[in-house]
Amino acid sequence: MSDNNNEVLRVEDLTVYYELEEETVKAVNDISFTLDRGETIGLVGETGAGKTTTALALLRLVPDPPGVIKSGKITVCGNDMLEVPVQKLEEIRGKDIAMIFQDPMTSLNPVFTVGEQIAESIEIHEKLGKHEAYEKALDMLEMVGIPRERGAEYPHQFSGGMKQRVVIAIALACQPQLLIADEPTTALDVTIQAQVLDLIKNLKDRQGTSVIMITHDLGIVAETCDKVAVMYAGRIIETGTLDDVFNYTLHPYTEGLFNSLPNINDRKAELKPIHGLMPDPTNLPPGCAFEPRCEYACEACKTQLPELVNFSGTHKAACLRYAEEGFHIARGKKHE
Amino acid sequence: MSKTMIEVQNLTKYFKTPKGMLHAVDGVNFTIDEGKTLGVVGESGCGKSTTGRCILRLIEPTDGKVFFEGQDVTAMSSRQLHDMRQKMQIIFQDPFSSLDPRKTVAQTIQEPMIEFKIVPKDQLHAKTRELMDMVGLAGRLINTYPHELDGGRRQRIGVARAISLNPKFIVCDEPVSALDVSIQAQILNLLKELQRDLGLTYMFITHDLSVVNHFSDDIAVMYLGQLVEKAPAEELFANPIHPYTQALLSAIPIPEVGGPKRERILLKGEITSPVNLPDECRFAKRCNYSCEACRQSDPKLVEIVPGHFVACHRMNEFINH
Repeated sequence: MSDNNNEVLRVEDLTVYYELEEETVKAVNDISFTLDRGETIGLVGETGAGKTTTALALLRLVPDPPGVIKSGKITVCGNDMLEVPVQKLEEIRGKDIAMIFQDPMTSLNPVFTVGEQIAESIEIHEKLGKHEAYEKALDMLEMVGIPRERGAEYPHQFSGGMKQRVVIAIALACQPQLLIADEPTTALDVTIQAQVLDLIKNLKDRQGTSVIMITHDLGIVAETCDKVAVMYAGRIIETGTLDDVFNYTLHPYTEGLFNSLPNINDRKAELKPIHGLMPDPTNLPPGCAFEPRCEYACEACKTQLPELVNFSGTHKAACLRYAEEGFHIARGKKHE
Repeated sequence: MSKTMIEVQNLTKYFKTPKGMLHAVDGVNFTIDEGKTLGVVGESGCGKSTTGRCILRLIEPTDGKVFFEGQDVTAMSSRQLHDMRQKMQIIFQDPFSSLDPRKTVAQTIQEPMIEFKIVPKDQLHAKTRELMDMVGLAGRLINTYPHELDGGRRQRIGVARAISLNPKFIVCDEPVSALDVSIQAQILNLLKELQRDLGLTYMFITHDLSVVNHFSDDIAVMYLGQLVEKAPAEELFANPIHPYTQALLSAIPIPEVGGPKRERILLKGEITSPVNLPDECRFAKRCNYSCEACRQSDPKLVEIVPGHFVACHRMNEFINH
């Protein structure tokens, strides 16, 4: 459906390595996904799964060296991100695509007022005068729930939740079509997290922004996303609609993630952690990367790399065991 | 009848700041029974960690008393305290900064055992291996350094070190917050197993409500240095009375799709400054139910049914719901 004009983002066969002197970190391996206007996709996985590298690649911000985009194609609002000249890239960043980083404490500049920082991107992208840009910045501040008067204050005068709101205001100042939120609430307390998620949701509904929500929290995914892509060792191992992945779970790793979470409705239920650790990304096994930790693994899993296979119109998973008739993991309903 | 292991009376800790007194912990009372876990939840800055540290006297409390098996910890001389520390241990949040980078796994685990002469020198190695086995660390890691290990394994070292002295009581200060979910579950299961096998009593400090529900027998909710609600875990989740507890519980993102829609209670604003607090309910500024009475005095903690304590001026209106 490449001629779908609702499509905001298309990632095809993206591979990103960090090439160090002695070794190569295979951070992202051959991933593909698309995102439509107004849609939210949750990129889920643990530390080192390649979520943040994927996000940086979309903005062409992978630190180079040592980062190298080995192959693939990224299309944002019709622009081929890996081919466009740097000047054009600067127009796209901030205007078409914006990013909220995980740590609001370090993503603001301590020597400018928050109003100036929001106005900066408006001034650059919307070609407004200083004064108008500043006025618009204060409007943005109000939109994220901070009184206008506080625009003249410096970041250190704000609390963590407020700073994250400022970061969101900067990201949304030019009404981007695509917003990448990299663990936007990890550094925040639960009640503040609820406020920030609510804010992102409202803005999305109002402006039709597409969102990539990077998180390790399946609860946040359930509450904010339309689609999910579960990543493990740099690959997407399961992807589908929220309903697909949560209720028709296919991949053993996804099941393991769910089983690791305490069940809020049944406090006596035992946690079933995934044993072992994520493989070393400089030395990935030849077969399925999850094989050493997988309780369903068979001989073939050690040598053969599983591909994403369609299970329904929207639901894909990469697991060899499903080649066998009648196989299904313990969790999840079967697709009809 | 279960024995009381820890009793905290009117525990108070103020810090002097240029702007005035910072009320980190303000008149907290609770008990923990032997072999049980008290979960302490609240947002950053609510005084959870300070409470834990005051109990162990890693920080000197400003006022109040702490009893460990009936002995007054706050009145102990430094010598008595040194001996007492053998029975009371702590596991820290960040397995990356709580270990000495220049010590191997063996040295780290052995350090407290040497200090307290737990085992004769010739058995030290065997004991270390036994502890590593108990916490699920492979024997081959005995001579590695912390930087060679991942977060989960480092936290296992912290656990091994804490249990090496055969303690009775352990303060777990956000022991899994820095870990990935699959590793988090491994460590939680380990702590539960050890509790069962060694009869440990835990004070479990966390901001993660689904973890605390899974892990604790009783839960205490703190807000700006005070205990606002305490109840058995099941009771607290089924019947939260304090408006802050209600908001906290409703804010937990639940990893389920297609379940019943939940009403989320959004709070106004953020935690207020703990410096120079006025005499009013500390939650009043963010509370959706605050009234005149809330701005006139600070509510006291009251036992509404056996085991369930609440501090709120308007709680009678919420109980009948």
